[in-house]
Amino acid sequence: MTQTATLSRKNIIGMENLTSEDIEIILDTADSFKEISTRAIKKVPTLRGRTIINLFFEPSTRTRTSFEIAGKRLSADVINISGSASSTVKGESLIDTARNLEAMNPDILVIRHNCSGAPALISQFINCPVINAGDGAHEHPSQSLLDLLTIREHKGTLKGLKVAIVGDITHSRVARSNIRAMQTMGMEVKVVGPPTLIPVGIEELGVEVCYDIGEGIRDADVIMVLRIQLERQNQGLLSSLREYSNYFCLTEKHLSNVSNDTLIIHPGPVNRGIEIALDVMEGPRSLILDQVTNGVAVRMALFYLLLGESDANPN
Amino acid sequence: MSTVILNEKDIARAITRISHEILERNKGAENIALVGIRTRGVTLSDRLQNKIKSIEKIEVAKGALDITLYRDDLGAGLQKPELKKTEITFALEGMHVILCDDVLFTGRTIRAAIDALMDFGRPASVQLAVLIDRGHRELPIRPDYVGKNIPTPKSKRVQVLLKEVDDEDKVIIQEPSN
Repeated sequence: MTQTATLSRKNIIGMENLTSEDIEIILDTADSFKEISTRAIKKVPTLRGRTIINLFFEPSTRTRTSFEIAGKRLSADVINISGSASSTVKGESLIDTARNLEAMNPDILVIRHNCSGAPALISQFINCPVINAGDGAHEHPSQSLLDLLTIREHKGTLKGLKVAIVGDITHSRVARSNIRAMQTMGMEVKVVGPPTLIPVGIEELGVEVCYDIGEGIRDADVIMVLRIQLERQNQGLLSSLREYSNYFCLTEKHLSNVSNDTLIIHPGPVNRGIEIALDVMEGPRSLILDQVTNGVAVRMALFYLLLGESDANPN
Repeated sequence: MSTVILNEKDIARAITRISHEILERNKGAENIALVGIRTRGVTLSDRLQNKIKSIEKIEVAKGALDITLYRDDLGAGLQKPELKKTEITFALEGMHVILCDDVLFTGRTIRAAIDALMDFGRPASVQLAVLIDRGHRELPIRPDYVGKNIPTPKSKRVQVLLKEVDDEDKVIIQEPSN
């Protein structure tokens, strides 16, 4: 009698592998989980006795805290390991580290790594479900899911929406995950930025390319601004930050030409005044903090849907 | 094979009687709240709220619980029950909360519902109203208000159908399908 929700995957490596049904299930479940974070007692007993390991080889405030809070609100035991404090600094290989952690019987492994493909590699060597919390320039699926949840909440639907992704597309795993996911959900994606930060041949993914921000965002329902990764500056891709912000910083002036219903999102952390102007970031169209709130609900949904899957379920 | 044991009128009469019993036991509709357990318990709480309003001219508070996250049988299978929203928008302190569900069977759902409810506050009392009590309790739980007691073999299935969800009002007993 009870309706059921079943994901087609045991691991969440990328949005590329999720079907539109999977995405709908995750978003619907996350929507129901939001209420728990508004209670006085923000905890349900669902994952009591389960263990979640957060293995982070890259710095992170938002994502790591969000996964940790999500696990704790479901009563799971959450263990955080950061790369600099792990045995990899003693020379242990990534696979050995993962296998040793698995020998302690965690129920889920959340991995962030600066190398694209690291979570996918680990998932081939261990049996417990793996969630990719961001790998190199590859994918960041939980970020894409929280973006979709935030957009769906404000627009009521995803299908048919036009999205402009502005900034450093080349190095952005958020852009890659969202291009895949948004296309799966029937949305139109345009990428906007300087030619040095847009990969050659990206049109083959089915996205439109635009080198002018004013033109790029004109008919957008959603503007996703990406962080300029300051650490990339010395690679010669930008002549200066000031030049970048002169051409591509999203300002109120740009927004005077777009609809009042246009939403603005940003995966954080924000470089204030470089990719987005202060007043835009704190203006009425900005959903940056809603995204963070939704992040917890999306990660609770992933834990709920992945945990308890039997090992017999092939990836 | 299925047998109808309550029809539309029987269900309406049961709702009317339970409404009166609730008012009698709680000496009116002050500080009463109805909390339905998803899915059909919510429909029953709607109907009880309407009936109580027509009797006492007071609209009592109403909420909905999804008990999925409090179940004791999660995790083993591949499939997960679809999670729906819990909505308790009033303070429970000092309230007499009447949990509403369609069928009382093992009592495990009610155990989960009480646990869920307690996470929202400390009600003055928790009472239980069900349309059907079919026995076979596995926990020390008993209903305060019952539409109809139906002793059934454990193997049979009792199904409550309500217009708002199933397009018709009736209660049926089904033979186990092999």
